[in-house]
Amino acid sequence: MMSCRKSCNPEKQTESKRSTESACSRRSFLKTAVAGTGLLAGGCGSGMSGTAEKMHLNWQEYFKGNYRLMTPTEKEATVSRLERLAKIKYKLDVQISTREPVQQVLFGYAFNISRCEGYMDCVAACVKENNLDRKSQTQYVRIFELEHGRMDIASGNGKYFHEVPVADHFYMGVQCFHCESAPCIKACPTKATWREPDGIVVVDYDWCIGCRYCMAACPYWGRRFNWHDPDVPLGELTRKQHYLGNRLRRRGVMEKCTFCIQRTREGRLPACADACPTGSRVFGNLLDPDSEIRYVLKHKKVFRMKEELGTDPKFWYFSD
Amino acid sequence: MTKSDMKSAVNFVRDSVAWSLSGGLGYQLYLGILMLFMVLGLYAYSVQTSQGLAATGMSDIVSWGLYISNFTFLVGVAAAAVMLILPAYVFKDKDLHRVVIIGELMAVGALIMCLMFILVDLGGPERAWHLIPGIGLFNWPSSILAWDVIVLNGYLALNTLVPAYILFCHYNLRKPDERKYRPFVFLSIFWAFSIHLVTAFLYEGLPARPFWNNPLLGPRFLASAFAAGPALIMLALALISTFTSFKIEKTVFNKLRIIAVVAAIINLIMLFSEVFKEFYIPTHHSESALYLFFGLKGHASLVPWIWTAVSINLAATIILALNPGKNHPLVLFPAAALLFIGIWIEKGVGLIVPGFIPSPMGEVVDYSPTWVEICITLGVLALGTFVVTLLIRPALVIEERFALQEGSHHHG
Repeated sequence: MMSCRKSCNPEKQTESKRSTESACSRRSFLKTAVAGTGLLAGGCGSGMSGTAEKMHLNWQEYFKGNYRLMTPTEKEATVSRLERLAKIKYKLDVQISTREPVQQVLFGYAFNISRCEGYMDCVAACVKENNLDRKSQTQYVRIFELEHGRMDIASGNGKYFHEVPVADHFYMGVQCFHCESAPCIKACPTKATWREPDGIVVVDYDWCIGCRYCMAACPYWGRRFNWHDPDVPLGELTRKQHYLGNRLRRRGVMEKCTFCIQRTREGRLPACADACPTGSRVFGNLLDPDSEIRYVLKHKKVFRMKEELGTDPKFWYFSD
Repeated sequence: MTKSDMKSAVNFVRDSVAWSLSGGLGYQLYLGILMLFMVLGLYAYSVQTSQGLAATGMSDIVSWGLYISNFTFLVGVAAAAVMLILPAYVFKDKDLHRVVIIGELMAVGALIMCLMFILVDLGGPERAWHLIPGIGLFNWPSSILAWDVIVLNGYLALNTLVPAYILFCHYNLRKPDERKYRPFVFLSIFWAFSIHLVTAFLYEGLPARPFWNNPLLGPRFLASAFAAGPALIMLALALISTFTSFKIEKTVFNKLRIIAVVAAIINLIMLFSEVFKEFYIPTHHSESALYLFFGLKGHASLVPWIWTAVSINLAATIILALNPGKNHPLVLFPAAALLFIGIWIEKGVGLIVPGFIPSPMGEVVDYSPTWVEICITLGVLALGTFVVTLLIRPALVIEERFALQEGSHHHG
């Protein structure tokens, strides 16, 4: 049964024709509106009053502050603006949560390198859950195929496309490791990226200026940049979102794995761990002595990637 | 400020603008060509604005390219003004004192280009206000980029205010009060070193990038800047001496040559030391250097560039050191141009891009700039040259008027 499974390529599954990009974008919409062709603009979905409202909302959005400095009222206001904008732009109802970290929770992740067989269901689930750009095939989670006898990720193949598992090979997943001493956080000139009390390293997409210094500072290639307007098929959009998580990003900002903050803060597993067919992915609360992650850390021989850099990742590898 | 001060300030600005735009057909043609490149850059930037940074050759692996390379190089050009300021103001070197203003104004132009290169590289330039302390959030002292914002803008202010004060006094045919500007001159000397060291620390401070994470990077930045900067100043002075009535003594060129040679030799020694460390016992950390000098996993787009840079650096340093033409313009200026271009390639192509290759996950991709990137870069360089020209031209008129008046005082 295992042998008939192909490594799944998430970007192959574009069914819906409508996407965030092909839907009337703000720019093209404004252009049409400015040209004064009201009829054409009407054809784009919403009327002129929608344009005025959109401009007003965007104007207010432009002047909002960093998420961490917002009062609860301000958070509520920006969320309702963003939800309204999604409604105008894409005719979609999205829910953007600002759920705070749970007390006495510190998230940790462990990856079993002797179990993973490289199916990449985790990758596909992540792409879908986190509304990742399909055009550039953005992936937060990547799986590398390594030959037995080596542990150096650079010797692995992160672009394999063949039947898995391959004999004499093993598989290693990488993503943002949510370092306790994260070099990316130190690098950011505007404090647009930080570590939440539950250990999740997040980006305020609306505060990031897109200088990409964090990207240069990350030793694990954990960050992705929006080089163009992200393209997400609207039919596949995950509508349950978090302000610091899977809400739609804009062009010119940084994004990254958030341990699926929109799921994990509600007590669910991250999409990758949920989707894994082999049980290679263990996620849980490091502060809970009865959690599975604590069991792994206590009973298995674990290691972390590039431990010599002193970044203190919250992501361990282990084997059976 | 009294009313007469106000009036003379207005006259100063008005006359400066008039002088900066006045010139023969050749001069107008030169300004026109620069403007053409600026328009080209503006057009390319409009393309980048509508498509996003996807219009560039950068990617998630090589996430900085031509813009940041040129930024880094030009910080060095700006810092190099100190090689005139230091001897002119501290050692009271008369020859260099006469041309120090040109060095300072070139630094202003270089800094404007630096800031422009940062701006065109940003994903969200309209959100750049998030950097401004007070209304934004400034991650200082943690982020070296925050430090860089401070030192670059501070240096720009120092190099604008000191020449502006001196020129304003000379315009009004009076001697500037040394007590007023000397503290700022000393500050700007320390500041010049700081802009290039801080810019080096941007890269040097990242353990994620072993190619940059090297304590020699900062000193080598300074050495290469103090070679390339005086070489460029030499060329600018040669142009000024040829095309304007402001004549420059041969001794000035000789002094600049010696400064450039000493810095270039120190730069080459440090380059040799780096190359030795990378290749004597190569480790995984040597892979970027391997990619740069010999290519890696079938990718070798930078190899011809770096060998060209090293060869012409070496050739130019030898020519400038041995000085076979005894400062003859036909030997001196081509050698200075070679040195400048060699360091530009070495810094521009050979420093930023290979730092990203291979990626931390070991992946190798090549980077080559798109036409959009190249045109924007040309536009920014043209803008900087334009600004420098418009600043230096009135400055020289003012200096000549002042020198004439001083001379008549001494004779009379």
